[in-house]
Amino acid sequence: MPHRGRGFWAQLAFTVLVAAFLIVPVVMSITAGVTANFFQGVKSGLTTRWIGEVWRLYRDTIVLSMTIALATLIVDLAVGVPAAYVLARWRGWLTRLVEEALVLPIAVPGLATALALILTYGTWREFRTSLLFILVGHVLFTLPFMVRAVLAVLSSIDLPTLEEGARSLGASFPQRFFGVVLPNVRSGILAGALMVVTLSIGEFNMTWMLHTPLTKTLPVGLADSYASMRLEIGSAYTVMFFFMIIPLLIGIQLAARPRKVSAVRDEAA
Amino acid sequence: MARLVAVGFGGPAGLAAYASIVTEPRYFRSLVSTVVLATAVTGLTLVIATIAGVFLQRNVFPGRSVLVAMLTFPLAFPGVVVGFMVIMLAGRQGLIGDVTRLLTGEKLVFAYSMAGLLTGYLYFSIPRVLLTVMAAAEKLDRRLEEAARSLGASPWQVVRDVIVPGLTPAFLSAGAICFATAMGAFGTAFTLATEIEVLPMTIYTEFTLRANIVVAAALSTILGGITWVALALARTAAGSSVAASA
Repeated sequence: MPHRGRGFWAQLAFTVLVAAFLIVPVVMSITAGVTANFFQGVKSGLTTRWIGEVWRLYRDTIVLSMTIALATLIVDLAVGVPAAYVLARWRGWLTRLVEEALVLPIAVPGLATALALILTYGTWREFRTSLLFILVGHVLFTLPFMVRAVLAVLSSIDLPTLEEGARSLGASFPQRFFGVVLPNVRSGILAGALMVVTLSIGEFNMTWMLHTPLTKTLPVGLADSYASMRLEIGSAYTVMFFFMIIPLLIGIQLAARPRKVSAVRDEAA
Repeated sequence: MARLVAVGFGGPAGLAAYASIVTEPRYFRSLVSTVVLATAVTGLTLVIATIAGVFLQRNVFPGRSVLVAMLTFPLAFPGVVVGFMVIMLAGRQGLIGDVTRLLTGEKLVFAYSMAGLLTGYLYFSIPRVLLTVMAAAEKLDRRLEEAARSLGASPWQVVRDVIVPGLTPAFLSAGAICFATAMGAFGTAFTLATEIEVLPMTIYTEFTLRANIVVAAALSTILGGITWVALALARTAAGSSVAASA
């Protein structure tokens, strides 16, 4: 064990304090979600009443969010993976331009994207009121994350050599794509997929503008419950949201790990 | 995909109400306060995340991975949830209110003010920046610090002259993303209060309540432009690593 001076303990205290700042409200909302009356405190008794209430009031939003997240994932897989392949395979000014455009979802606030979508397609009523409208927004927002995750893996492997090897053995393009390329980027696809689902489930800024009373997603429901329900219901709802994203977050961590190992190996080589 | 984005942005870019943003004091004030707020958040987050991040990267102790997990857990929270977390901390029934009432007899409630907004923005910025700083600190060459120390540099001098310059690229990229997110954060402001005038809230009120679509579009374009410039500046300064983290 190294020597631990005052500096160590001071920094540890600081770090613990920051962690507490982030975690204490989470713990509080979990407590509030199962407390009969939060104003009186835990001594008023524990209950699952609020969870039940949330399920009754907001079940639709949860189902809808899952549906949209899944649909977004399917579109992102179908479009994003081939797009990443194209970007990795053909390098030129055009592909570089597209790569630049991939920073856009961070640079452009969701609110602005939503506004742009509404201004462009808002008059097309069937589209505006359908789920598809939110789906398009979510795909716009998440697709770059999928492309980048896959692209990161693609550019770390020697794709041309692998493909050439397969081609010299007589593999057709579909055979090469599905038999060689896809298995090699599995980790990137997995990481991207988890990211996309997490982002889609939590997306609010854009969805709030795009939603209609019939197309409310989970975060929209959350905002609604914070504004108009008692604190316990908002808390219970938040708890349900936590339980939805925790498995995804753990998955992201696990998916990121093997890639880190291989990156270290590359550096050593 | 790129074309869709381009088509989408043909909308607001074609409209012109930009002059009103400068001439109308309400819009201009909102713009200025958003930029100030985002800058403050970026600065504070960088300091906090660097102290914690370098510490976590440098020291191995029991419970370290739990701390890291706790510090990165809020990464996936939408803005609304972050807003709710601030209400939990500093709202009318919040923890800080209870503690201050016990200590001073007066309840401190700041969730619904600019301070609450700042707290919320810090809440979602710290995990993001922390991860970037930790990744960058991992790659720092410790021999440089050893050398500085053996040449008689004080711990503070080592931090100032060796660690901070080594982390500068990470600061630039993480800072730019932090700034961009803080500029556009809507959910947090929306949950906390409707009367705080930050740019996303102004855009929202103009669009939905006043149906002032032209101004809303112009403000969005300005907002997108500012964040884009911030990211682009950081990228030119730091090389190509900015795009990689989210």
